[in-house]
Amino acid sequence: MGTSQDFVETERSPQMRDWFIETARAIIRPKPLTGILMCLPLFFLIIGLIVYPFFYSIYLSMLNKRETAFVGLENLGFLLGYDTFRLVIRNSVVFTFTAVFFKASFGFILALAINALPIRGQRIWRGIALIAWVMPLSLSTLGWWWIFEPTHSALNWLLVQLGISPKPWLSDPFWARFATILVNVWFGTPFFMIMFLAALKSIPQMFYEAAAIDGATGFQRLHYITLPMLKNIIAITMLFSTITTFANFDIVRVLTRGGPRDATHLFGTYSFQLGIQGGDIPLGAAVSLFMFPILAVSAFFILRGVRRSIQ
Amino acid sequence: MKRQTRREFLKTATVGAAALSTIGFPRVSRGAGKLTLALWDHWVKPANNVVVEIINEWGKANKVEVQVDFFPTIGDKLSLTGAAEARAGAGHDVITLWQWDAVAHKEKLEPLDKIAEEVQKRHGPYTDNAKYMTFQDWKWIAIPSAIGSHTYPLETRMDLWKKHAGIDVVDIFPPDVKKRSKAKVDAWDWKMFLEGAKKVHAAGIPVGMQISNCNDSNQWLFPLFLSYGSVLMNEKDEITVESDATLQALEFCKEIVKYMPSDIYGWDDAGNNRFIISGKGSAIHNPPSAWAVAKRDNPDVAAQIWHHDMPRGPKGRFRGSLLFSWGIWKFTKNKSAAMDLLLYLSVKEQQWKLITASEGYDVPQLPSLYDHPVWNEIGPPKGGQYNYMIRGDERLIVPGWPAKPDMAQQIFSRWILPTMVGKVTSAGTAPKEAMKWAAKELEAYKRR
Repeated sequence: MGTSQDFVETERSPQMRDWFIETARAIIRPKPLTGILMCLPLFFLIIGLIVYPFFYSIYLSMLNKRETAFVGLENLGFLLGYDTFRLVIRNSVVFTFTAVFFKASFGFILALAINALPIRGQRIWRGIALIAWVMPLSLSTLGWWWIFEPTHSALNWLLVQLGISPKPWLSDPFWARFATILVNVWFGTPFFMIMFLAALKSIPQMFYEAAAIDGATGFQRLHYITLPMLKNIIAITMLFSTITTFANFDIVRVLTRGGPRDATHLFGTYSFQLGIQGGDIPLGAAVSLFMFPILAVSAFFILRGVRRSIQ
Repeated sequence: MKRQTRREFLKTATVGAAALSTIGFPRVSRGAGKLTLALWDHWVKPANNVVVEIINEWGKANKVEVQVDFFPTIGDKLSLTGAAEARAGAGHDVITLWQWDAVAHKEKLEPLDKIAEEVQKRHGPYTDNAKYMTFQDWKWIAIPSAIGSHTYPLETRMDLWKKHAGIDVVDIFPPDVKKRSKAKVDAWDWKMFLEGAKKVHAAGIPVGMQISNCNDSNQWLFPLFLSYGSVLMNEKDEITVESDATLQALEFCKEIVKYMPSDIYGWDDAGNNRFIISGKGSAIHNPPSAWAVAKRDNPDVAAQIWHHDMPRGPKGRFRGSLLFSWGIWKFTKNKSAAMDLLLYLSVKEQQWKLITASEGYDVPQLPSLYDHPVWNEIGPPKGGQYNYMIRGDERLIVPGWPAKPDMAQQIFSRWILPTMVGKVTSAGTAPKEAMKWAAKELEAYKRR
């Protein structure tokens, strides 16, 4: 009742209505101070959850084991002279570059295949292909663990049914590395696919029509139109994926815990082992930050290349 | 918090004193206010309810509002909670400390000498093993807890070993220590175990023990190496891994793995459990959790599992263990109440109830409580868990002993022994090379 009466009152007071409109306009009118105030919560979140932990971990990585003395870069020097850490570097590099290569390749093939489908069919396949990526990784890795489980492996059962000898998926260094990379490729391929597919959609159709008139083959169209047009998105996606793959933790933690014989340890899992399980937080922090300078420099050059190519 | 009047306080104190005098409980201090506890989430679920009942009973008698949170060890959740609270200087008042956590946070834990002394005055000394883990720098930094603590005996399929290997483990380790024959127990050594392992392997039901990055690997390899006299690092921080004793133990490992499945290099802590529960295996090293799951999922197998002593080596007989303890942070505000509660939980009356509730899984760190009847009664097979407690000449150790606890923590958590053994037994590395690798690795642990 009260509402309709207010409405009638408002109807009867045009000055009042104008005042409301003016006030509302004044509130939403762009003002630097309002913008800054509205950004503040996000700003504090970034400071609290990204900037502070980052600088704190740098500080931690420069302390001694008991965290009582500042040792500068001594921890990094210590790690580099340590056999197991050198093995972790090798593992991380092999894991990351192999996984990113296959994720990019499969993602590209999938994107081309889905792009070639009629629009209606694309939606379904796009959705199906994304399932692996939207599932929580630790959960899906548990599923993979059951597939690879050393004694009751579902995959080995299938291989035996097909007359193939079972494989020591998690017991042998080669196969354990293979298994961790396979799960990472399975998880990460949809991300590449969706990025490449979006970029494919933005290539003007007339380029392909002109190429068809000129008699270009499928490979020539791919080589001279598709790849150059996707160059930037490929660079950015691979950079992003390289950073996240180097930082991977869940897959190794669930599947192998770094074994057998440390053959699958990555920076993340090794850092956890040293810092949390071994009680040496500074050394753990140094391991987790080890790749930062290399990745930061790579990111700088890749992004500069992309910017120049756009210009 | 609501302030109490003098009349209310006197009433509470009288009721509390009356309740506690009934059970003859000595008081450390008067508790009041609030307390929060982080406890291990027991896999025997009724055990959680019992500990909450005990705590609430104490809280009611002392007018202390107690909140209990449970944390599993799966995914290191309990350790991570402790590490986060130690670093933040905030969190629960009483924290459950898993294996090395007490050592890792010793500078942030309140000394609990009064509680430890009172408990020992009443019930005799804690085990040397418990003291090694919780008595640091001449202070009790934590109180050994029965909840969750366990040992790693051999779990043998008594039917299969008797039938195929001709070894009757029930006869060697009967459910009464007085009935043991010294000659038979002395004969139970690693050589005899190897001979038995060959025979059960030939019959298609081998033994299986992990050689991988997991706790259970440490829990059988360290006792094995110690029984040969092989010590990786001694209590003086001297690296002693390169020895004839280590060579002998490695040679033994090379031999025994021939009679185990190759999966052992990929098993996690539950890998051996699944192996024996499935009926594919005839012996593992484990606390009775494997038996308990078998009782539910494969009762015929469970009824044939006998827990008993480890084999002896030239330098003795050792058994692995995993210890839980309780600590109070230095930042805790209500320390007197927290200490009251820990003392209350640590005395026999409460420990007795907790052991019963865990169906005998929890191992008290006071040998005077080993006479609890649960290990004789639980079954089938009846008496199958009697030897889950140390009854004979075994020495209970934590993997990494006798190195200083902060070194032992590194030795334990970086899986150096399973890795060294794995290099020799599955990668074909020469034993001397593997020992050199281990010595270099140990040198790196000395970082201060």
